[in-house]
Amino acid sequence: MSAVSGPQAAAIDFSAFRDPGLARDLIARIRGAVGNRSINLMEVCGTHTMSIGRFGFRSVMPAGLRLLSGPGCPVCVTANRDIDRAIAIARIEGVTIATFGDMMRVPGSTSSLAAEKAAGRDVRIVYSPLDALRIAEDEPGRQVVFVSVGFETTTPAIAACLLDAAERNLANFSMLCANKLTPPALRAIADDPQTRIDGFILPGHVSTITGLAPYRFLVDEFGLPGAVTGFEPVDILASIELLVRMIIDGTPDIVNAYRRGVNADGNPTARALTEQVFETVGATWRGLGELCASGLRIREEYACYDAQRRFDVHVEPTQEPRGCRCGDVLRGRIAPDTCPLFGHACTPEHPVGPCMVSSEGSCAAYHRYRV
Amino acid sequence: MADNTVLLGHGSGGQMMKRLIDEVFLEAFGSPELLEGNDAGVGELPGTGRIAMSCDSFVVTPPFFPGGDIGRLAVCGTVNDVATSGARVRYLSCGFILEEGYPLDDLRTIVRSMADAAREAGVRIVTGDTKVVGRGSADGVYISTAGVGEVPCGVNLSGANCRPGDVVLVSGTLGDHGIAVMSTREGLAFATDIQSDAAPLNHLIAAAMDAAPHARCFRDPTRGGLASTLNEFADASGVAIEVDEDAIPVRPEVRGACEMLGYDPLQVANEGKMVAVVPAEEAQAALEAMRGAPYGENAAIIGRVLELDPGREAHVRVRTGWGATRILDMLVGEQLPRIC
Repeated sequence: MSAVSGPQAAAIDFSAFRDPGLARDLIARIRGAVGNRSINLMEVCGTHTMSIGRFGFRSVMPAGLRLLSGPGCPVCVTANRDIDRAIAIARIEGVTIATFGDMMRVPGSTSSLAAEKAAGRDVRIVYSPLDALRIAEDEPGRQVVFVSVGFETTTPAIAACLLDAAERNLANFSMLCANKLTPPALRAIADDPQTRIDGFILPGHVSTITGLAPYRFLVDEFGLPGAVTGFEPVDILASIELLVRMIIDGTPDIVNAYRRGVNADGNPTARALTEQVFETVGATWRGLGELCASGLRIREEYACYDAQRRFDVHVEPTQEPRGCRCGDVLRGRIAPDTCPLFGHACTPEHPVGPCMVSSEGSCAAYHRYRV
Repeated sequence: MADNTVLLGHGSGGQMMKRLIDEVFLEAFGSPELLEGNDAGVGELPGTGRIAMSCDSFVVTPPFFPGGDIGRLAVCGTVNDVATSGARVRYLSCGFILEEGYPLDDLRTIVRSMADAAREAGVRIVTGDTKVVGRGSADGVYISTAGVGEVPCGVNLSGANCRPGDVVLVSGTLGDHGIAVMSTREGLAFATDIQSDAAPLNHLIAAAMDAAPHARCFRDPTRGGLASTLNEFADASGVAIEVDEDAIPVRPEVRGACEMLGYDPLQVANEGKMVAVVPAEEAQAALEAMRGAPYGENAAIIGRVLELDPGREAHVRVRTGWGATRILDMLVGEQLPRIC
C-alpha cells in the first residue's frame, strides 16, 4: 500500500523487507533452484501461514514446491475436551470467562464460547491476560477465569500475570491453561510416515524465546533443515531459498534468517518465568493426539490459580465433528482445500473445525486468500 | 441461517450481516428498490421525478472519539448513503433514543455537531423524534437518521453497472475511522494521533460526476471497509475486480495499528471515504475532480474491473508489488462491534 505521510511515522521502517524488487529476485532464484524437483516445506507458525496467504506466495512458487501449514495455531491445536471444559466452567453461576477473540467461535463438542455468550453467560474478549486480571480486580464479586492458549511466546506473559495475581492475593482469579510447546509437535510430524516434509520454516516469535537449540534434533535425528524467519515478504522468501539450497545440497542445518528478532540463545529470562509457574506434562493436541512432555500445567505451588483444580465440573463426552479433517491438515497430510467439508459445510462463517475459525488457522487462510 | 440467535457478527458489515439481510429482511420486504442492493433506494414520486432515500442508525461507543462524535457520524453517514445514488441530498430526519441519566451537556454537544455537519453538507434537518428509555435499556445515546434527495434526470448509478475495463478509485486513505475508534476502546487503548475521517462527501461525488458523466457507481466503504464494497460491486455486476496493493492509500500509523491488532486495513471501516467506478476514459478527470474536492486530496486510482474467466465466480483480488495475487474477501464475522 502506498505511504501517505501522517502526523506520526511508523515506529520501525520495514520497507526493505517489503521491497518488490528484492522479492521478485528471490522468487526467481527459488524458481531457478527448484526446477522440476518436488519439495515440501512446512511452516509451523500461524502468523507465517497468514503471511504466506496474504502475500500471495503460493501463486508465484514453482509447481513442485509445496508450502504446507503445520500445527502452528494455538487455537487450532487445542483439544475439544479443553474447549468443552471452558464451556462447562462458563456455565457456572458467577463465573466470567476472559479469553482471546479467536477462542470464542471454536466449536467444542456441542457448543462454543460465542454461543454461550449469546445464551447469556459472561464471556469477554481480552487482548492480554492482564486485562483479565483487571476485570477480577474491578469486579470482586465474580470469579474470573482466563482461558489460556499459546506457545512459548505467549506463555511467559501468562506466567508473569499469574505471579502478579499471586502477589496481590487475588482470590477471584484463575486460569484454565492449554498452553503447549512447539518442539514435540515438530518431532511428531518429522516422525510421521504419512507426511513427507523436506524442511521447516521455523517460527519467528517462538524462537525469540526458545533460541535455536530446541530444533537441533531435526538435523541430528531426521536430517531435516530448518530456517527461523520473520514475517515480512523478504523474510519468508529468504528462508524458503535457504531451505531449498540446503535440501538440494544435502547440507541440513538450523539457520537463523531472523537475526533482528532472534538470538541463538533465545530469552532465558522469559523461559525462567515459564519454568517458575509451569511444569511440563503430556498433552492432547487436536490432530496429533497425546504427545509426551508437550503441554504445560500450573505447578502445585500455584494450584489455587488453576481453574481446572478450582472448579470441579462435569465435562460433556467429547464428540469430534464428523468428516472434519483438521487433524490431517495440522499434520500436513492434506492441504485444507482437499478436505471434503472445505468451503461447503465448513466456512469461516460456520466453521466445523478450528482450522477454519482461528484467524491463524490454515483452512481460514486458504479460504480467505484462495487464488 | 444456521444461527438461532442474533450474534454481534451479524452487525459487522461482512458476510454474516449480508446473510442476515438476505435471509431475514429481503425475504420479508423484497421490494425491487431494496433488491438492487444499493446504499440508497431510488423510486418514482409522481409529479416530481425520482427520489433517493436512505436511513442509518448510530450506536458507536464511545460517542466522542478522535476526529468526531456520534452526531457528525449520524449526519455524514446518511448524507453519504443518499449521495451515492447521484442524488442531491436535501432533507434529513433524526431520531434519538436516550438513556435515562445521560448528561444534557453531552447531548447538546452532539446536536451542535449534527447542525454543523448538516450545514457543511448543505442539507436541512426537518423532522425528528425523541424517546427516553430506562437506565440500562440503552447505552447513553443512539441516533437514527434518514435522508432524501432528488435524482437528476438520466442518472442511474448502481453497483451492478461495473463493466470490464472500468477503473476503480478511492477518495483517500483507508481505515482511519475504524482505527481512531478502536484506539479509544477500553482494554485496547493505544497512543495514536489517528483521527476519524467522518465527513460529508456529497460535494465530492457531485464534482466527480461532473468530471466523469458516465460514472458507474459510488459507495462509502463503511463497516467491512474496501473489501466489502468491492465484493458487493463484483457480485452485483458479475465481474472480477483487481486492485494494486501499492496504489491503495493507507496511513503508516493505520497500517502499524492493523499489524499490531491483526486486522487488514482493507477491511477496516471508513466514514469519510468514497469508492468510485468510472469508465477508463473518464478516470483521470474523475481523479482530478476528487483531488480538488473537499476531503479528496489523497484520492487515487487503485484498480480495474476485469472480465470473469469462464467458470469463476465474481471476486476481488489484490495484486502485490512482486506480482503475486490473493483474494480480497469480505470480513466474515465481527471485527470490532459498535464503531458507527
